[in-house]
Amino acid sequence: MLPISQLDVANLASIRGERVLFRDLSFSALAGRPLCIEGANGAGKTTLLRILAGFLSPSAGTIRLRMKDGGGTADADLRGPYIGFIGHREALKSQLTARENLAFYAALYRAAGDLDAALAWAGLARVADLPAQYLSAGQKKRVGLARLRLCARPLWLLDEPLAALDHAGKALVTAMIAEHCAGGGIAIVATHEWLDLDCAQLRLGLA
Amino acid sequence: MFQYANPARFMALSGRVLPWLAVAAGLLLAAGLYLGLIASPPDYQQGDTVRIMYVHVPAAWCAMMIYALMALSAAIGLINRHPLADLAAKTAAPLGALFTALALITGSLWGKPMWGAWWVWDGRLTSFLILLFLYLGYIALWNAIEDEVPAARATAVLAIVGAVNLPIIEFSVRWWTTLHQGESIIRAGGPSIAAVFLWPLFLMALGYTLLFFTLWIVRIRTEILARRARSLILAEGGAA
Amino acid sequence: MSAFVALLGRDIRLAFRAGGGAMLALAFFIVMAALIPLGIGPDLKLLAKVAGGVVWSAALLAALLSLDRLFQADYEDGSLDLIALSPLPLEAASFAKIAAHWLTTGLPLTVVSPLLGLLYGLPPAAYPALVLSLLIGTPAISAIGAVGASLTLPVRRGGLILPLLVLPLVTPALIFGAGAISAALNGLSNGAFGLLCAFSFVAVIVSPFITAFAVRPNLAG
Repeated sequence: MLPISQLDVANLASIRGERVLFRDLSFSALAGRPLCIEGANGAGKTTLLRILAGFLSPSAGTIRLRMKDGGGTADADLRGPYIGFIGHREALKSQLTARENLAFYAALYRAAGDLDAALAWAGLARVADLPAQYLSAGQKKRVGLARLRLCARPLWLLDEPLAALDHAGKALVTAMIAEHCAGGGIAIVATHEWLDLDCAQLRLGLA
Repeated sequence: MFQYANPARFMALSGRVLPWLAVAAGLLLAAGLYLGLIASPPDYQQGDTVRIMYVHVPAAWCAMMIYALMALSAAIGLINRHPLADLAAKTAAPLGALFTALALITGSLWGKPMWGAWWVWDGRLTSFLILLFLYLGYIALWNAIEDEVPAARATAVLAIVGAVNLPIIEFSVRWWTTLHQGESIIRAGGPSIAAVFLWPLFLMALGYTLLFFTLWIVRIRTEILARRARSLILAEGGAA
Repeated sequence: MSAFVALLGRDIRLAFRAGGGAMLALAFFIVMAALIPLGIGPDLKLLAKVAGGVVWSAALLAALLSLDRLFQADYEDGSLDLIALSPLPLEAASFAKIAAHWLTTGLPLTVVSPLLGLLYGLPPAAYPALVLSLLIGTPAISAIGAVGASLTLPVRRGGLILPLLVLPLVTPALIFGAGAISAALNGLSNGAFGLLCAFSFVAVIVSPFITAFAVRPNLAG
């Protein structure tokens, strides 16, 4: 079981330049049940995720990560080691093979785990040794999924994880999130598309 | 000739020709090296150092011939859009660069006893150095553009511009050295060529040429096979 | 430690793959240093005198060439986000990138420099100084260059702005480095080597911190 219990967000505000993306945003993401963030383009889903990841400071508000044993932290830097992130870009080097890309992240995140198993799980076993530039968008996305699963962090922040995937790929993502939450992880998913799971919902962009 | 430009036909034909080419190249080089390095007489002025000529001069000839072939293939690729022509140009370049480097290095080794310096800035050496850089730039451009088709087009233009510019470079460099004449003493032309020196020279030249063709064909075949392998893997791996 | 090595290894591998820039920087160095005599003239005595300065200037420019991609490539494809979230502190990641840059640019330049010395008719006495000054000085170029790269990260099509920022900052390395070579040519000894060592040492130690500090705000995306 993973050590975290929930992520509490209180009175979060983000003002970028002149735009107020959101204000007085409060919610909790609990371990075991994914949280889906919905909203139109430009509503601030990506910004919210990046604030949660600690890349960007909010204009106001607090974010507290609570542990099972009662401890926790409100510090963005201390939250970082718990976070598994999927952003808009695939974070792949086109000159390296899928396997090499995955091996790099595994080593960087000190993840123990079978690379071949991860690649096979993602349906990439056959194309694993091709340079990533030859992979399709969906295949590249799958490498990211394999990486997320391999690096085994408890708090998942996923920005449009279903994009560019076919039916099988979407099923893979859904199963993956379900497995993660069932194991005690937190998953916060920004998505346009409907996620076929029982999720808590958060809607951004309503004035 | 364009019949053989079909990759499958090329693979079949080149597969049959290759062993013969390789053997012929080997024999010619062996004969040329033996005649040149061992059997032929030393030059009355330079002594045994003249023997470097047999390695150096044919390499220089080849370097220029390869550039011409490369530019020609590139032009055919550009005009006819033939992928095999593009491949021929791409694979020829590193070989051309190697022969150029060989010519430069052996020339430098020859120059030290002849002129007392590892390098002198005379017209011929300088334009050969520039030829090497033209090759390197061509190779760099192929590597820089990820997509095959735009890469082929861009490098073809580069090769053609380089080919046209080569005589201009040659002319300007000779003009440059004649401006500054009087620096080092350069013996133009090397030793006077007597028949006994010519034979090893031509054998080496022919040997180098066949060696180049052998290596060239091997490289083209390898590229074709690599592309086939990639397509197969991608097709098998399934779309996602 | 293994996370550091992973990033170092990846960057080295990327530098040598197609489009990586290592071979490109080296080729630029050679071409530039080799063709400058076309502007100076073939007088080998004169060329020998200017060799130190020319080779050093060419090394500077060549090393700067590949710097603007140091962080930008990772920034653009989202790798920087993942590196920032990894167990490796951003300072250590910066140091890994500086090290990788030096190993794939500065070090090859140093190794090839004797060949260029040949083209300039450099007397044998000056070769050790040539190689040693580049060996000690090129890490400083990578380190200070990384600071420049981190500062120009938000600049799209940075291109020439990075050298503009970095060149003034690395002038001590150029002065001490070229100075060490001319000292060797003239048979003098001066403090140039010592100063070069000190400069490089400070640059390499301090740069990762400044670099990480400058990179961090860009994660806001």
